Amino acid sequence: MHNQTLKALSEALANGQVSSEELTRHYLERIAQHDPQLNSFITVTQEQAMTQARAADQHRAAGKATPLTGIPIAHKDIFCTQGVKTSCASRMLDNFIAPYDATVVAQLAAAGVVTLGKTNMDEFAMGSSNETSFYGPVNNPWDTDYVPGGSSGGSAAAVAARLAPAATGTDTGGSIRQPASLCGITGLKPTYGRVSRWGMIAFASSLDQAGPMTQTAEDAALLLNAMAGFDHRDSTSTDIEVPDFTADLNRPLDGLRIGLPKEFFDQGLDAEVGAVVQAAIAQYEKLGATLVDIELPNTHLSIPAYYVVAPAEASSNLSRYDGVRFGYRCADPMDLEDLYKRSRGEGFGDEVKRRILIGTYALSAGYYDAYYLKAQKARRLIKNDFDAAFQQVDVIMGPTSPNAGFKLGEKAADPVSMYLSDIYTISVNMAGLPGISIPAGMSQGRPVGLQIIGNYFDEARLLNVAHRYQQETDWHAQLPAAFA
Amino acid sequence: MALHKDDVLKIAHLARLQLAEDEIPATTERLTSILGLIEQLQAAPTEGVAPMAHPTDAIQRLRDDQVTETNQREAYQQIAPAVEDGLYLVPKVIE
Amino acid sequence: MSWEVVIGLEVHVQLATRSKIFSGSATTFGAEPNTQASLIDLGMPGVLPVLNAGAVEKAIKFGLGIEAEIAPRSVFARKNYFYPDLPKGYQISQFELPIVGMGHLEITLEDGSSKRIGITRAHLEEDAGKSLHEDYHGMSGIDLNRAGTPLLEIVSEPDMRSAKEAVAYAKAIHSLIRYLDISDGDMSKGNMRCDCNVSLRPQGETEFGTRREIKNVNSFRNVEKAINAEIEWQMDELESGRAIEQATVLYDPVKDKTFAMRTKEEANDYRYFPDPDLLPLEVTEQTVDRVRASLPELPAQKIERFQAELELSDYDARVLAADRVLADYFETVVAVSGAKPKLCANWVSVELLGALNKNDLEIDASPVTAEQLGGLLKRIADNTISGKIAKQIFEELWNHGGSADQIIESQGLKQETDTSAIEAIVDEVIASSPDQVAQYQAADDKKRKKLIGYFVGQTMKASKGKANPQMVNEILAKKLG
Repeated sequence: MHNQTLKALSEALANGQVSSEELTRHYLERIAQHDPQLNSFITVTQEQAMTQARAADQHRAAGKATPLTGIPIAHKDIFCTQGVKTSCASRMLDNFIAPYDATVVAQLAAAGVVTLGKTNMDEFAMGSSNETSFYGPVNNPWDTDYVPGGSSGGSAAAVAARLAPAATGTDTGGSIRQPASLCGITGLKPTYGRVSRWGMIAFASSLDQAGPMTQTAEDAALLLNAMAGFDHRDSTSTDIEVPDFTADLNRPLDGLRIGLPKEFFDQGLDAEVGAVVQAAIAQYEKLGATLVDIELPNTHLSIPAYYVVAPAEASSNLSRYDGVRFGYRCADPMDLEDLYKRSRGEGFGDEVKRRILIGTYALSAGYYDAYYLKAQKARRLIKNDFDAAFQQVDVIMGPTSPNAGFKLGEKAADPVSMYLSDIYTISVNMAGLPGISIPAGMSQGRPVGLQIIGNYFDEARLLNVAHRYQQETDWHAQLPAAFA
Repeated sequence: MALHKDDVLKIAHLARLQLAEDEIPATTERLTSILGLIEQLQAAPTEGVAPMAHPTDAIQRLRDDQVTETNQREAYQQIAPAVEDGLYLVPKVIE
Repeated sequence: MSWEVVIGLEVHVQLATRSKIFSGSATTFGAEPNTQASLIDLGMPGVLPVLNAGAVEKAIKFGLGIEAEIAPRSVFARKNYFYPDLPKGYQISQFELPIVGMGHLEITLEDGSSKRIGITRAHLEEDAGKSLHEDYHGMSGIDLNRAGTPLLEIVSEPDMRSAKEAVAYAKAIHSLIRYLDISDGDMSKGNMRCDCNVSLRPQGETEFGTRREIKNVNSFRNVEKAINAEIEWQMDELESGRAIEQATVLYDPVKDKTFAMRTKEEANDYRYFPDPDLLPLEVTEQTVDRVRASLPELPAQKIERFQAELELSDYDARVLAADRVLADYFETVVAVSGAKPKLCANWVSVELLGALNKNDLEIDASPVTAEQLGGLLKRIADNTISGKIAKQIFEELWNHGGSADQIIESQGLKQETDTSAIEAIVDEVIASSPDQVAQYQAADDKKRKKLIGYFVGQTMKASKGKANPQMVNEILAKKLG
């Protein structure tokens, strides 16, 4: 049952082959059995899931089902879920029972989705390996010595091991696409403004975007249909029509112009990963696409600019964690300053503290122009590169990650080398474009992802391009032997 | 640009983060290496380039001036570390 | 040495919107603690701000009221600092690009002259909550009801040269915001708060001296007293050869002294940057035109009209136009009474304001309504009563209510205008005052004018004040020859 796509499960539910109660119980059992090897969940909402499943079955019996009614999924623990612990994988929010639902959670619930639980992640989504979680690292289901990627590593590992048919994630610098690549699943980061940020705990407000993490592009389209949409509670949400993302999945790719940025295939790219990506591109040629060599000359600025903008915004976004109204409070504060400094010093982990310090520094008197303003200008250059590229091409392709992942602990002592592994994903967030990672092959037994970048609000095209590839290949259908 | 211990302590104070004495050397070293990465920005040809604060060029939408919230004090204060008489308690505020 | 005082004011005005600037919470004053603090006001994880159209409209109104340019594009920024009444650890404010640009305001000085004060800018921001310092086991209590209330911060140029000018400016702002109906401006409730920047420089010097900022002054009287206390302190320092250090100070009205609030090394680094949760605010010309069309008549226009149409003196016009409620009161009195505007002006500014002042009441709490006063003055205008009787009736209206006509009727105060009746009284007075008559008849015209007062007084007294004074004068002049 668990080796079915969300689409197949949706059909099975519709045909009455399985009930949501059975399906939900099956996944809860898989979580109980397999998650100890992975640590992909922070909270499993067993009772609530069963109640929701029974309600979904009743809904269906009453003829009120949507394609998602009764489908169990997992939410990254960055989304507020009313009455359920929402920790952001931080000691700071270990005791935080969210008093409201994020829009993403509410919309999926309204579509009839069942919540299995909340998945592990890098603390406050800061990390590319899931090692910064207060609840311990997540293991990659393909090789448990390896990281699953991050920050949505719990969601990626859970879907890869089929502990959930699909999950939600968030992507600030690659946090959906990179773990999707490393875990061999499909991960879509929509255009900035496509999915509401209300109730999604902020890391870097101008970069954060929620998206689906699934087995296939078709599943991603189904989930995005329920996640996307204008939200009057989010000023940065875009009031633009939401198409049915499943409608154009089968559109032929004849004449599709694929841009290949030379900066994505330079010496930093692992040879085996490069070969996998080239093979995937060759497959697209067979499907009728034409290849165009393009340049994104300011790509090298994306990491330095990101490590100003994201920490600057984060340093301010995380100021609300002060031990006064919610969250962790240190024991016996001597005075106000002690309350702040110890609650925050004890409540945040090392990586979060580092980023707060960098961001504080970048915004402080005398450095604003040299760092923050400069980074915002570099950001414009990065966006301009993409705008120029999309004059010539329909989509851009390249690797999601420069390698097929690294071992747990391998980069823990060297944050900068970890940061550099996000080189191909970060520029997409800086520009606010949609991007998807799909499984395209293996390197030394671990999955490799192909990244496809689209123009603004062109998710339907991305999903179509990804889906056609998945009709021809079965990399997306493979699952790690230990979790078969 | 190399940071010194005093710089780190000053930033940590601005950010209200307690750093244990034994954390400071490693923090200083790592922050310095991150700043080294960021320094690459200085070579960027940004003359005449408008800063980009948001990915989209949209403008702020306005909300009608209507009261839409009701009193939820009890629910919100259930997750508070210290409250009394409906107030959040903090160590004495001295102006 | 003689010193010149330089003063600039930052006035914070709470805009009277129904809901908060970035959330749908109510802004009612005096609610139970934290009952008007929503997820957004509490700075819960994951919440986002959406800007209130009402706050924007009120800021535009103010901008038009000071003839300022309304920025077609303004930006909200975050001002970062930690304080328990600031839930997010930053205040959303406008920094580089405020909604209201350079404008100005006329103030009236004590000698009746006026002066133009420049206003550098006005920007929208959110208010903070309140720390209550009552002792909760050695802790302070935080109430976030006020957090997120819209504020307009109005920054003046350093154009004022005395505490009196500063008060006049604060009063002009107060008057304007009430005219525009954008705020109650009630300083006792903190609806309007003043920060006063004060510096001294030697007379004739063009560079500014180092300034100190007096924070959160909460009444007009304290604006004057605090500034004077600060001037005195700075003058002492300078004359003792000590330099002034830039500082933020508070005013203690009991000791009548200012004292420093923060030390220099604690100086804040606010790390302003554009708020990524909010997009740039655009105000179109159509919006500005629409708001302009909705503006009421403003104080300056009203003063002009009172002089041109109602023939009031400049002084009277300024007194009456200073407050919108007072001006409306005055105009109602004119309309109801049909009396000469000058008479109405005298009654409102002398009798009514005198009585209000004596009883420490504001115009909106006046026991005598404009309709009642208008009804009274109508009877002066149509000669039913004399001014003297009118004062008597005014007191009656103040203390017991009712209408002038009822009181005139029930107390028989109607003026005597029957010629023969007045002649009879005059005859009696003349008959009983032979010495004064002789004196009068012997006197020249100039002296006669003085002496006739005696006869008028006697006649009025004999008529119990009811005889029409003008007729009494005429009849006396005729009879005395």
